[in-house]
Amino acid sequence: MTTAIHSRREVLIALGAGGLAAATITMLPASVRADTAAAQEAIKAILGDRTAQEGRITLDLPQIAENGNTVPLSVEVESAMTDADYVKSVHILAEDNPRPDVATFHFTPRSGKAMAASRMRLAKTQNVIAIAEMSDGSVYMAKAEVKVTIGGCGG
Amino acid sequence: MAKVKPRVKLPKTAQKGEVILIKTLISHKMETGQRTDKKTGEKVPRQIINKFVCTFEGEEVFSADWHPAISANPFMSFHTVATKSGTFEFTWTDDDGSVYTKTAEIAVQ
Repeated sequence: MTTAIHSRREVLIALGAGGLAAATITMLPASVRADTAAAQEAIKAILGDRTAQEGRITLDLPQIAENGNTVPLSVEVESAMTDADYVKSVHILAEDNPRPDVATFHFTPRSGKAMAASRMRLAKTQNVIAIAEMSDGSVYMAKAEVKVTIGGCGG
Repeated sequence: MAKVKPRVKLPKTAQKGEVILIKTLISHKMETGQRTDKKTGEKVPRQIINKFVCTFEGEEVFSADWHPAISANPFMSFHTVATKSGTFEFTWTDDDGSVYTKTAEIAVQ
C-alpha cells in the first residue's frame, strides 16, 4: 500500500503541474496563522488610529484565478480628483501571501481618475484588501476573495 | 538577466481636459526572494522593480511601490488628465539600483 502511494506521488512530481501543486500544499500549514497576523499588522500600520469606512472602492478581481502567478487586479475609488479632494494612495494587501504587501498606488489631482490596474501573485485562495487614503485624511477599505487553483509562490 | 525592455502605450493626441489611459509593461523576472533553487537548495535572492513613477513635464502624475507579490513582467495602467502638449517620462527602479526609463509625447488640442 505504502509503495503504491509512493510511486503515485513520484508520478505526480514528475509531471510539472503536479509537482508544483504538491510543493504548494506542503508549504501551507506552517504559514497559515502567521500570514493573517502579518496582514493585520500591515493594515494597522496603514490605518494608525483612524477607522476605515466602507464604500467608494471598486475592487475588480477574478472570482477564480487558475494561475496564482498572474492574477489581474484593478481598483477604482470614487473621487472628484480635484486639488482640494483627491485620492492620495491605495494600498493592496493579500492576506495569506508569505508577505501581505502587494503594491501601493499613489495618485495626484493630475491623475484625473483614481483607477489603476496591474497583475499580482497569490500563494493560495485568500482575501485581497484595498485601503484608500483620501486627501482629507479619511480612509476606506474593501475586500474581495479570490479562489486560486495553482498557487503563485514558486515552490 | 536578459535585457529589460520597457513599453508604454498612450494616445498620441487628446482633447484638453480629457482623461486618458496609459498602459505600461516592462520585461523583468521580479524574483520574489521566496523561491528555492532546486539544484543548490538555496534561496534565490530577491530582485524586483520596487518603484514606478510617471511624470509629465517634470510633475508627478502617478507612482507605485511594488512588492514581490507583483507578477513577473509587471503591467501597470492608470489615467491622467491631458492639459497641454508635452512629454511623459516613465521610470522603473530596480532593487540593484538600475533605473529603466521611457518617454512618450502627447499632442493636446
